[in-house]
Amino acid sequence: MSASLAIKHLLGLEGVSKEDITLILDTADSFYEVLQREIKVVPTLRGKTIVNLFYEPSTRTRLSFELAEKRLSGSPLNFSASTSSVQKGESLKDTVRNIAAMKIDMIVVRHGAAGVPYFLTQCTDAVIVNAGDGLHEHPTQALLDMMTIRRHFGRLEGMKVAIIGDIWHSRVARSNAWGMTTMGMEVTLCGPPTFLPQHTESIPARFTDNMDEAVQGANVIMMLRVQFERQGAGLFPSIREYRQRYGLDKEKLDRLPRDVIVMHPGPINRGIELASNVADCGQSVILDQVTNGVAVRMAVLYLLGGGENAG
Amino acid sequence: MPDKYGHVAFPVEPREAPPPLLITGGRVIDPSRNIDETRVVAVADGKIVSVDTAAPKGFTAKRTIDAAGMWVVPGLVDMHVHLREPGREDKETIATGTQAAAAGGFTAVACMPNTAPALDEESKIRYVVQRSECCPCRVYPIGAITENLDGEKLAPFGEMVGAGARAFSDDGKSVRSSYMMRNAFNYSKSFNVPLICHCEDHGLTENCHMNESAMSTRLGMRGIPSIAEEIIVERDIRIAEYTGARVHIAHVTTEGAVRIIRAAKKRGSTVTCETCPHYLVFTDEDLATYDTNKKMNPPLRTPRDRRAVIEGLADGTIDVIASDHAPHCAEEKDVEFAAAAFGVIGLETSLAVALTYLVAPGILTPADLVLKMSTAPSRILNLGGGSLAPSSPADITIIDPSVKWVVDSSRFFSKSRNTPFEGMEMTGAARYTIVGGRVVFERG
Repeated sequence: MSASLAIKHLLGLEGVSKEDITLILDTADSFYEVLQREIKVVPTLRGKTIVNLFYEPSTRTRLSFELAEKRLSGSPLNFSASTSSVQKGESLKDTVRNIAAMKIDMIVVRHGAAGVPYFLTQCTDAVIVNAGDGLHEHPTQALLDMMTIRRHFGRLEGMKVAIIGDIWHSRVARSNAWGMTTMGMEVTLCGPPTFLPQHTESIPARFTDNMDEAVQGANVIMMLRVQFERQGAGLFPSIREYRQRYGLDKEKLDRLPRDVIVMHPGPINRGIELASNVADCGQSVILDQVTNGVAVRMAVLYLLGGGENAG
Repeated sequence: MPDKYGHVAFPVEPREAPPPLLITGGRVIDPSRNIDETRVVAVADGKIVSVDTAAPKGFTAKRTIDAAGMWVVPGLVDMHVHLREPGREDKETIATGTQAAAAGGFTAVACMPNTAPALDEESKIRYVVQRSECCPCRVYPIGAITENLDGEKLAPFGEMVGAGARAFSDDGKSVRSSYMMRNAFNYSKSFNVPLICHCEDHGLTENCHMNESAMSTRLGMRGIPSIAEEIIVERDIRIAEYTGARVHIAHVTTEGAVRIIRAAKKRGSTVTCETCPHYLVFTDEDLATYDTNKKMNPPLRTPRDRRAVIEGLADGTIDVIASDHAPHCAEEKDVEFAAAAFGVIGLETSLAVALTYLVAPGILTPADLVLKMSTAPSRILNLGGGSLAPSSPADITIIDPSVKWVVDSSRFFSKSRNTPFEGMEMTGAARYTIVGGRVVFERG
């Protein structure tokens, strides 16, 4: 692969070109093939040290990155906020500069505050990959979503996606809106008005509080996790009412064309936003998303890390 | 002694009488007396002797300042600053803050009570007054409305007024209970002092770090909605009207707040209000790089709000330009946006920003500017300044309206560097700051 990315870091999908996203997805497809082999490891990031800097709890994203790093023969270092000097009151900048002083090449960062990946580019020369920053973006999740849709339907252009749930608190929804719109898809973001932003004009998507309207004509329905603590904050009155208005069960799914696929960034609240028999049905591609996540993260790390040919 | 940049800031030696001073050739702008023409200002014994076409007969000046090409105006007053003393002397002290004020052309500042401990009783007001005695500009403390700014128990207004407090405010917070606010307004009437209201409905702003707008949606940050400000602006004006007390609204930033105040003034309310230089220049659209030096409370609003605030200044709805000078250490700003402290410094840029962004484009006349930065704040706080009338205290600012300079915070007298204007070119600056007839700052 001779092509290279215009971006130097992956901070978000806002402003990332169609060419860059296409190159990442094409590269991810070739890594997907690698993952089908007996030996799933390639030497492309040999000698590169990648720090996984996780300030928020994460299971699948951290595992997925770590696996991607190992399969590229990189050397991952894991840092989680609870076991580090953060407990001793060290500032983010000091932490990052200390880590950078150990001569590392890339930082994969997840943080509860929006803008932290950008902030890190101002503190260090390392390549920064955003693994989720506050309510802002989660670009590798959106990339793996697009990879999953592209592998399933063979294209992205013209595809219609309905994302249902807690849109306001979802960095996944934001990254998907940017990335998918860039790729020529139509994105509808749907949830109760308390889960939608007050000001929507800066996000390239259609917004609605009507789920029937949102899923009308959609090729993909992506359900977002509902966090129980939002109920305490007065954002919705009861699980039962939420499930009825914004959950996806077999009955609702069966009213739609059979080729519609169901996605979820996980972890699923079974029986709340997604009925179990939908999560496990033939139209669900939720586990494909997880598989593709490793390939897409390998592609991102490979392309930004300036590794050797994937072979 | 000039400092390495050629500026001179003198500590005041109160025992030494200031020598007679003559300021010649300058354009004297004094809205309190409708003067805007070339005059000679004579100063002796710390007071204005005359403002006339020539010096009075027999007047011998020890020093003559040639102010040709400059404006000679009543000393500027910044009625909203945080001097951080006592408690956070690492950010600013009364000494460094007043040097910054003098360098910015201010002859007086009013300092907010959110220190540690808060200025909520007589002895603490007295402390600030005493600590400011040998400082280059006058300091008027603002006392707390409630003890420890907790909103629970009324602070002793009377004793604090006796010690020198000129107004009361829980700045940084709104008093949550309308009942408590009603009592505070009611009680303040005995002392004819304004309550200065930071207007924020805290129930709407928890964990919020910027304005709520299309920009906060895009950046993924919880937003402080304009209504959080407007609800309390309306509430506090209504309570003040109902009780017949004086209210001054601090840092107005939204179109709605300007409209509420305009309507109140139209129906005869005595409400006064201020806005700050940063709201005239920046908007939330300048936050794309999560610049913590553009984080303050209330936050930078939308371009539409910015236009409305400028309009409010132009039509007289907004009475005062104040800096809300809020010094913070580098370690409180050099962090992720959500963790950064709210506030920016402004004493050393306020005048220049107003000249560059309001007077140069013709939005305000020079006389309007003097009104909003001297006459009005002086009247609101009942300071007896803001005028060049004979026998007034000789607090004078001499402004060079055409000097071009670039903001370089490393040259600030303030201890802190958290300015949003770093590197920007400004036109106009204070050339001399004169307090009680003494030159306390002279630009090199």
